[in-house]
Amino acid sequence: MQRIDALPIHIRAVTKTYGAVYALDGVDLEVRSGEFLTLLGPSGSGKTTLLMVLAGFTRPDAGSLKFGDAEVIRMPPHRREVGMVFQNYALFPHLDVAANIGFPLKLRGIDKNDIHARVESALATVQLQGFGDRRIHQLSGGQKQRVALARAIIFEPRILLMDEPLSALDKKLREHMQIELRRLHEQLGMTTVYVTHDQREALTMSDRIAVINHGRLIQLDDPRAIYDHPADPFVANFIGESVLLPVEIIDGKPCYRGRPLQVAAGHARDDKTTPGALLMLRPERLVFMDDARADAAAYNRFDGVVGHAVYQGENFVTYITLDDGHEVAVRSVSRKQSLAAAPPPGSTVTLGLHRDETALIPGHTAAAGNNNNDAETNRGHKP
Amino acid sequence: MNTAPRYMAGRMSGRISGRFSGSWLSRPASDTQVTHRGRLWLYALAALIMIFLVVPTLIVIPMSFSGSQYLEFPPRDWSMRWYDNYLQTSEWMTATWVSIKAAVLTVLVVTPLATMAAYGLYVSQLKAARYVFILLITPMMVPVILIAIGVFFAYTRLRLNNTMLGLVLAHSALALPLCLIVISAGLKSYDMNQERVARSLGASRLRAFMVITLPQIRFSVITGALLAFIVSFDEVIVALFITGSGMSTITRSMFLALRDQIDPTIAAISTILILITTAALVAAQIFGRTAQKKS
Ligand SMILES: Nc1ncnc2c1ncn2[C@@H]1O[C@H](COP(=O)(O)OP(=O)(O)OP(=O)(O)O)[C@@H](O)[C@H]1O
Ligand SMILES: [Mg+2]
Repeated sequence: MQRIDALPIHIRAVTKTYGAVYALDGVDLEVRSGEFLTLLGPSGSGKTTLLMVLAGFTRPDAGSLKFGDAEVIRMPPHRREVGMVFQNYALFPHLDVAANIGFPLKLRGIDKNDIHARVESALATVQLQGFGDRRIHQLSGGQKQRVALARAIIFEPRILLMDEPLSALDKKLREHMQIELRRLHEQLGMTTVYVTHDQREALTMSDRIAVINHGRLIQLDDPRAIYDHPADPFVANFIGESVLLPVEIIDGKPCYRGRPLQVAAGHARDDKTTPGALLMLRPERLVFMDDARADAAAYNRFDGVVGHAVYQGENFVTYITLDDGHEVAVRSVSRKQSLAAAPPPGSTVTLGLHRDETALIPGHTAAAGNNNNDAETNRGHKP
Repeated sequence: MNTAPRYMAGRMSGRISGRFSGSWLSRPASDTQVTHRGRLWLYALAALIMIFLVVPTLIVIPMSFSGSQYLEFPPRDWSMRWYDNYLQTSEWMTATWVSIKAAVLTVLVVTPLATMAAYGLYVSQLKAARYVFILLITPMMVPVILIAIGVFFAYTRLRLNNTMLGLVLAHSALALPLCLIVISAGLKSYDMNQERVARSLGASRLRAFMVITLPQIRFSVITGALLAFIVSFDEVIVALFITGSGMSTITRSMFLALRDQIDPTIAAISTILILITTAALVAAQIFGRTAQKKS
């Protein structure tokens, strides 16, 4: 199949309520032409609703939606020329694989021989050569997934929408399909909006990630910026593990327990003087300090007592209770030396965080929210 | 999954048949430990119920082949004369055609209506949908005699008494609930995302319904249609009220004939009706079964 002319999507102030619930609450979002954008958010955050608005199955209460320059908010789904893949694939069980994939072409009155050739080519694109006359119930989960994908792209839609397309697959196959989806996107280049609640999947696949919570867009950024510079505590906790420590501003400088913090320069979001700012500690960024380090001066230091350690195969995690009672996790790679050098439970240690990896994030306005988030992250668990 | 334990049980009882008597009575009746012997009372009860349900229906079959003037059981001599009589009597033939016509037209009216109603109620997000559903199935819950009286008086105003149109409309009202319930049940196991996908791939809503949804609920639709046929074909009470000579259905004519003169023609006709109804029911069952297997 050939490269597709992509279209940008402009979403403006889109709001959708169900009774008292705001499924979407004034969402503004620009999807760039040809980009792979992921909507990431917890269950019930409005991801599916937004996708349904894009596809035309849900009419929002207010707002505007443009594909390129054309306003499409009133356009029925079948005119939108949008490819769509559902979580449960929604293949047509009464048609065989070739008829499923050829369905959009048949609707467009394309000649039989043409359809046949293009179905073959689409089957090759998703690596299912020779599966054309299979029945749907004879396919495995991964194969169904590919058929659904082939059916969604065969009419060369300029926009492709996918709602958790891999969530029904097992881990291995899911990771394999992530790579294939990415490859396909690079090959065809259509604007893709992808929904997932799996943060790792979002980080792996996306050009940019839009984090959504309670129907609101919280942050729109590329994966590294989302991970390294979360816009608020919710994003910091939802993506990766983190413990957030309160920061005081003394003489215009951020301090932790009276000690000034060295903070990475340069990122606009790391406003060093915002009151209520929080310091983000990620387990893999923390190291056990050793004054023999040449660049010891470049580290912010935190003192604490070693609690228990958990061996996880490739990593091991040591839990440390800081002097002010926060429990933080330190993730180290399981190598013989590092395992041997791990401090024993009960000993006092100093943790270090390199200043280039020290990020401050704006705090919640409500203090209650802060406490909540700390309590959650102290457990240090993530899916 | 279901067959595995049974298969194993079979093999086990084969291997250790020396110790067990080996008769089916001591074998487990199901995946539980209850043996067939322990279930004998249940089998007997079930058989009794079946006999009670079926025999009164079947008893007319031998009676219809009687050679005598009167209905009798068991018949003393056999003949086909009452079948001849039925086929040769023009009143009976007219009534038969009225019934068949009414039933077919009822099917044609009810099936599309019930399909549309079931679909509409299924996709509707309105809270009122539930009440509309209940409203549509009231004809099933109200005693037919009340409906018959109501329809009769309404038709007197509308001049629809003793017309095919009136008969078909009344039968349609009676058949709609069953048909609606069957098709709604079929839709429940259908994944509406398929229709959404079809629409996003370029099919208008109507087209998506016709090409994707309808083929997949076709078994429920056919079952509903067959049931509508039976409802109309078997109906007698409403027909008694709203049809007269020339427009009498077969069941109505039978009812009147039974009252006036008792001869075995009735038995012959009953036998034919039993055959037709059973065939329709069996067909409905088969389609229903296939529908279940598909989903
Ligand atoms: N048809 C509906 N009627 C009522 N409420 C709805 C409807 N669809 C969605 N909602 C509500 O809107 C909110 C957003 O739902 P949505 O399905 O978009 O979430 P989601 O982010 O896709 O979640 P998930 O990850 O569980 O799929 C939820 O609170 C949900 O209960
Ligand atoms: Mg969803």
